Amino acid sequence: MPLTTYVEAIRQGIWEEMEKDERVFVLGEDVGIYGGAFKVTAGMLERFGEWRIIDTPISESGIVGAAIGAALMGMRPIAEMQFADFISCAFDQITNFAAKCRYRWGAGVPIVVRGPSGGGVHGGPFHSQNPEMYYVHTPGLKVVCPATAYDAKGLIKAAIRDPDPVIYFEHKFLYRRIKEELPADDFIVPIGKAAIRRTGSDMTVVTYGAMVHAALEAAKELEREGIDLEILDLRSLLPFDKQAVLDSVRKTNKVILLHEDTRIGGFAGELAAIISEEAFEYLDGPIRRITAPDTPVPYSPPLEEFFLPKASDVIRVARELYAY
Amino acid sequence: MAETQVKMPQMGESIFEGTVTKWLKKKGDKVQRDEPLFEISTDKIDTEIPSPASGVLQDILVKEGQTVQINTTVAIIGDGAAKPAEGKPETQEPSPAQAKQPFRPSGPPPVAGPEPTTPEKDEAEEGEHELIRPSPLVRRIAKEHGIDLASLSGKGTGTNGRVTKRDILSYIEQGAPAAPAPKPVEVPKEGPPAPPASPPMKFTGEVERVPMTAMRKAIAEHMIMSRRTSAHVTTLFEVDCSRILKAKEKQQAEFERSGVKLTVTPFFVQAAATALKRFPLVNSSLEGDTIVYKQAINIGIAVNLEWGLIVPVIKHADERNLFGLAKAINDLGERARNKKLTPEDVKDGTFTITNPGQYGGLIGTPIINQPQVAIMGMGGIKKRAVVIDDAIAIRPIIMLSLSFDHRVIDGATADQFMAEVQKELENWPV
Repeated sequence: MPLTTYVEAIRQGIWEEMEKDERVFVLGEDVGIYGGAFKVTAGMLERFGEWRIIDTPISESGIVGAAIGAALMGMRPIAEMQFADFISCAFDQITNFAAKCRYRWGAGVPIVVRGPSGGGVHGGPFHSQNPEMYYVHTPGLKVVCPATAYDAKGLIKAAIRDPDPVIYFEHKFLYRRIKEELPADDFIVPIGKAAIRRTGSDMTVVTYGAMVHAALEAAKELEREGIDLEILDLRSLLPFDKQAVLDSVRKTNKVILLHEDTRIGGFAGELAAIISEEAFEYLDGPIRRITAPDTPVPYSPPLEEFFLPKASDVIRVARELYAY
Repeated sequence: MAETQVKMPQMGESIFEGTVTKWLKKKGDKVQRDEPLFEISTDKIDTEIPSPASGVLQDILVKEGQTVQINTTVAIIGDGAAKPAEGKPETQEPSPAQAKQPFRPSGPPPVAGPEPTTPEKDEAEEGEHELIRPSPLVRRIAKEHGIDLASLSGKGTGTNGRVTKRDILSYIEQGAPAAPAPKPVEVPKEGPPAPPASPPMKFTGEVERVPMTAMRKAIAEHMIMSRRTSAHVTTLFEVDCSRILKAKEKQQAEFERSGVKLTVTPFFVQAAATALKRFPLVNSSLEGDTIVYKQAINIGIAVNLEWGLIVPVIKHADERNLFGLAKAINDLGERARNKKLTPEDVKDGTFTITNPGQYGGLIGTPIINQPQVAIMGMGGIKKRAVVIDDAIAIRPIIMLSLSFDHRVIDGATADQFMAEVQKELENWPV
């Protein structure tokens, strides 16, 4: 079986859903003739035609607004943000409109807004951000952040089938670096379920997105020192798998919360609060966070290298926490 | 003249703190070296501490009633000219186990991110929980297993000597004294519930609230711990004291000429020592699933004090004759009442005798003095009508009880042991 890359897995997922359900269509900047900035929609225009693969003007607000309208009329649109950074242009449409329709009128808005997020590719401050928390803080939305090719495919399919708006953040650093063999059958990854990437006994690393791989790399190194990490990949941030987090923390009694997003208001803060509220008596050490510092993503490669959390950070903090 | 720092002494191997109960000198008083300077109370003994130097008591750093770690400076003795020392008592590393790690300021390790700032050194910490820094998890495990966290003091292997999950779990595995009985015992899964910290029902009338002394607290903890550890069974024996009373009467005057008061107690100690030699299991301990037989027979005698109870130990009781035993009992009892016992005096007992009959009680069922496996109680001696060879006779009778740990000792052994004690006493050479 051939190995499927993360980016190809997303493409396959969209393709399969479009084959199955003619209500599904794609709209975005350069998604048609050009096949998308990262080639997620390559070949789709030829297969599905210009009614279902729609090139739009450079207006994220317009793209999402049109998608919401189509969804209310019974369609299943997938809106591509060329970079997740520009999703902020559609903030009002997503947070004030898509997220609230079901609550106001009982009318679901089954849209997927997807876009490449994350750093590590020297994209600078406007092409490297992790904007997930704006949307995690918005009731009515779902937010997913796959870390593997399997999840990328399973989650895009689940997002397309979901009756409510799903914000799908695909990590651009993983696009062509992560590959695996995928099953041939029609599978989905349920939204809101975490996955244990590595079982361990000494402490839990709760993470998502590209940082899952930093944690796995660190775990390999730490294993040689006899420090046994459990790695929990959240996969979905809203809703997130609270039970999986609490179960793992209650088992290992120590926890590191790791994300590439910046620190203040990051998902780690929310997790820390929940863990101390619901698993306080299971903690054998302080809840530790590893995040990017509270600055924009630097353009300079050495600065970006410093800015992004990495395996060596996990190793350092894990050693401290193990000794605590 | 140089200043001398007076330290809180370590009064026994597992003792990490002491309470200053009384200053026998005031600030500014002259003291001679070895003159009693203050009284302390630890969870084992109460005692006077002599001055380590001659001079003037320049400063008292620890007030009466205050509890501090061992090696804490409690006072300064100088020539009277120097200025008084400032600030709080200086706290030192409490034990070698903790001293092996360099002391770092407390607080969680620095968080991720650029150059963490190091907090300033904390002020002296108070209370044992600060000292061993238990995490919420460790506190919960301790509570579930009825472990006093103070008993883990100095045993932590975490940062700054913190007691970690690994520490408390291995402590439990090695048979923590307060843990529900260890594996090989057939106690059902959930051990006995830990006693509530305070009575669930409260008296609503007027009350006076008095904090327990260190000794009272230690007794309370030890008794509950013993009840939770051993499978207590008590057997009762009646013993005819005619011969030992006769022997006592005969030897009393002679003993008194040597300054030794003869009571009945040494007879019972000697009889018990002889029986312990024949039944070494009664002189043993249980460590995990290993029975530990002791070479020595060291018999503790419970001494009632106005302020509590203490059990000084007669070492090698089997190697002493009646005179030696009587002398040792006199000496230990007197020193217990005068707070002159040393930690050595209360250590390493292998069997205990207590005297619940001294105020006329028929008998009591004592609680085992851990980690021993048996304790003998003496009732009051009273003349009773007994049937001997189908005739009614009047005999001085004592009731003896033996509480034993059924985990180690079965009823047959316990009764054979007591029959041996009875035989010794009833056949005492006169």
